[in-house]
Amino acid sequence: MTISCGVLPVLEPEDQEHAYEMGDYEGARARWCPGCGDHSILTAVQRLLASEQLPPERTMFVSGIGCSSRFPHYLNTYGFHGIHGRALPIATGIKLTRPDLDIFVVMGDGDCTSIGAGHWIHALRYNLDIVVMLLDNGIYGLTKNQTSPTTPQGHPSNTQPHGSWLPSLNPLTTALGVTNASFVAQTAEWIPSHLYATLRAARRHRGLSFVRILQRCPVYSSAVYMKAVQDPSRIALLAHDDGVVVPELEKVYKNHVAHNPHDLEAARRVAESTEHVNLGVLFADPSRPRYEDLRRVPPRTADERIHLLDAELDRYAV
Amino acid sequence: MPTLTEPIAAPAGRATGVPPTILTKREHTVEIVSDSGEGAQRCGQIFGAVSAKMGNGVWTVEIIPAEIQPPPRIPEGASGYRVRVGAGPVTNWGDATNLALAFNEQVLLARHRLNALADDAILLVEDKWATSEDADIRAAWEAAMVELSTRHYRIIPVPMEAECLLLVDNPRKGKNMFALGMLARVYDRDCDRIKEQIAFTFRKKSEAVYNTNVQLFERGYEWAETNVDVRIHVPLQKIDEKLVVMNGNEAIALGAIASGMDMCAMYPITPATSVSHLLSEVFEKFGGIVHQAEDEIAAAGVAIGSSYSGKVAFTVTSGPGLALKTEFLGLAVMTETPLVLVDVQRGGPSTGLPTKVEQSDLLAALYASPGDAPHIVIAPATIEECFHVMITARRLAEAFRTVVMVLTDANLATGVTPFKRPTPELHWQAEPVDLSAVPVGTKAFQWDPQTGLSRRIVPGQANGMHTLTTLSHDEGSKVAYSSGVHQRSSAARSRKLAVLQSLLTPPPVYGDATGDLLVVGWGSTKGAIEEAVDRMRAEGLQVSSVHLRFLSPMEPGLKPMFTQFKKVVTVELNYSDEIGDPYVTEENRRLGQLAWLLRASTLVDVDCWTRVPGEPLRPGSIVDAIKDRMPTRGAK
Repeated sequence: MTISCGVLPVLEPEDQEHAYEMGDYEGARARWCPGCGDHSILTAVQRLLASEQLPPERTMFVSGIGCSSRFPHYLNTYGFHGIHGRALPIATGIKLTRPDLDIFVVMGDGDCTSIGAGHWIHALRYNLDIVVMLLDNGIYGLTKNQTSPTTPQGHPSNTQPHGSWLPSLNPLTTALGVTNASFVAQTAEWIPSHLYATLRAARRHRGLSFVRILQRCPVYSSAVYMKAVQDPSRIALLAHDDGVVVPELEKVYKNHVAHNPHDLEAARRVAESTEHVNLGVLFADPSRPRYEDLRRVPPRTADERIHLLDAELDRYAV
Repeated sequence: MPTLTEPIAAPAGRATGVPPTILTKREHTVEIVSDSGEGAQRCGQIFGAVSAKMGNGVWTVEIIPAEIQPPPRIPEGASGYRVRVGAGPVTNWGDATNLALAFNEQVLLARHRLNALADDAILLVEDKWATSEDADIRAAWEAAMVELSTRHYRIIPVPMEAECLLLVDNPRKGKNMFALGMLARVYDRDCDRIKEQIAFTFRKKSEAVYNTNVQLFERGYEWAETNVDVRIHVPLQKIDEKLVVMNGNEAIALGAIASGMDMCAMYPITPATSVSHLLSEVFEKFGGIVHQAEDEIAAAGVAIGSSYSGKVAFTVTSGPGLALKTEFLGLAVMTETPLVLVDVQRGGPSTGLPTKVEQSDLLAALYASPGDAPHIVIAPATIEECFHVMITARRLAEAFRTVVMVLTDANLATGVTPFKRPTPELHWQAEPVDLSAVPVGTKAFQWDPQTGLSRRIVPGQANGMHTLTTLSHDEGSKVAYSSGVHQRSSAARSRKLAVLQSLLTPPPVYGDATGDLLVVGWGSTKGAIEEAVDRMRAEGLQVSSVHLRFLSPMEPGLKPMFTQFKKVVTVELNYSDEIGDPYVTEENRRLGQLAWLLRASTLVDVDCWTRVPGEPLRPGSIVDAIKDRMPTRGAK
């Protein structure tokens, strides 16, 4: 493996005597509520890290604030548990400086689609080669049951006790509307094999991979995905060779929609449709420009910089 | 009182063959004002640069309208350049202007109304407006002359446009070179150097453009030779060291390069943005990038992400941007992520005076981030220090694993002055990031119990894996659930400032170390304060001053220093109540921001004199104010 890195010395991989196993990625014991969908996502991520054999010291999880943003603590990689809504700027700074690192961003729906919505739009456009996971439970959990932008209309909370006033924000159409967005997918934590396969596709995509993960909150929003969980006929799997293919699911989930993830117009139609809960890769275009590639500059030694600065100062000489 | 038409009817001519009067001055302040877009600033820049090269001390200030393209011929649209030239070093913009050159009478009125012009100022003004076909314009000219006649100005009408029309079709372009020619004659500037500077200014334009501009310049020179009866002689000094001339924002940008940083994340905001303009032009060849973020918050976040994973990064902003960055400032303090944050202060609160100087962010710089977020705050006092402060700031951020805020202001940002050319040194540059493995069990915050210092671990270092968190945390960066951890971690973060203070030496007193009154200043006011002190000492007053660079931690040794004076007064560019104002009492009086800090840290009854004029302080104003505050003889 070679690591190209704009501003830092090239890192040679350490000699790895054994293959990484899932246990190598375990951090602190997860403190989410029993039945929280985040547990399942954590397991899928650990499985992904092991299957991709990512060195823990070169893997980075960045999060904001919220239940799901505790995620990095539960992994044995580098982590940055930041502030509410601001995971993406931190991740942007890291990726620009350290393109050699594998970066995963974990955000909740409040983090990503509300307080951090501005960063979300712009991160999609920057299209850095990172994986961005939206753990969408349609509610604010950590602060105890407030309406979020993705709370379904009519769903009651402590801040909107008569039900959410507005139709919920659709993260998929939003993401697909952003210029230069290069990968948009949707999966559900209660279907672990699909979750894993989607995250793997996201990790392998070159560019910002935005994955909305439907995630149950058993305490405050258990009703939100209840029907989809209980009735597989409400789910449709997007089928394409360049998307996510999980053959063992096809017996349970019988709705298969042929969808070409290279077709943006089709992706937008899928994102808009309410007939089923569509799971799979809606859109992928690895040819879109990546910001860290556009901004890559040749590194300079301290000596070179000092000489160049000397010349620069001559421009100001009296 | 001179009559309205008197100066116009008697243009200061040499047509009679009388040789011009030569006035020898230790210093002289000249300004060129025009409508926006007429090139007064370029004229002033060339005049300033050539004056510096010839061996005059120079301090220049931009006169900036608030709008990009204000309508023509309105006082609010005055745009220009103010150059103070001196026989020795010039450390500040001085007092009133001695000679102004105006492209119309309305912009001149603006300067008059701001009390920018000395009572005996010489005013060269384009006179075509006096005979305009437009009756309104003629009336405005007449009214302006009446208003100007309340002072003892000497007004010299100049047919600038008429003269330029002899050479070019569109005098709007090129009038500034005619103006430059006049100034070159009056101040006896080196024409070869001016032509060099014109060539440099128009280096991207054609030879024809250069030739036209030189012709206009020469025409102005000849016109003044024949028609202006005064010459100003400011003695030159031999330049025996290498100098550079630049403004404070350029110095910040070049200082950042000198420090070895390679990430500047920013969002456009006046008057900070020009730091990124220069860096955007040159940074990449040094291996660095400017990231223009989607907002001020993201700019801080990107800088922090970059710093966390590599070399120290910086962000640059002004007041409203600082307000937005404060949550990230707290994050950097809490996670002990190094960061350099430059705040180029402007008038506030809120949008305030975007293009004008003020020093009102001091308390916000120290305390705006909620929770206890101790960090370092430094204020360079000169444009030269703007360069060197970046090297210091980067080092301190790294060594103390915290935020270093650098407070400059619009005066430093846009003022231009020559200073000793820095000689870049290798040790200024940041060390390459160490990505080697750390011993198994190394913790993210191995706080030294004495100093609170710890060494940061960078992603990529094997065995160092941990999750930084903005939650209260222990040495291992584990979220703190047990009692006592927050006390311990808060102490570690706070202790670092005490450690830094222990390494500082007390600042030097300017003047005698004992006396009647000590002026305390910080930031860009140093030159004006010290010039004021010089004037007062020359009059026999026992006044000294001290200038502070470190505001957090506060510089050491202040209390014993203060007790050597009967009175201590801060001079600042921020708002404070005056005793005697309605409702204002000793108890509720709001003080200058440094005065608050000094009273808290020294328990000395520090007074203040502060103003928010939207312009730098004038030495003369400081003299007047301090004389008012002199303690009565014998009192202590």
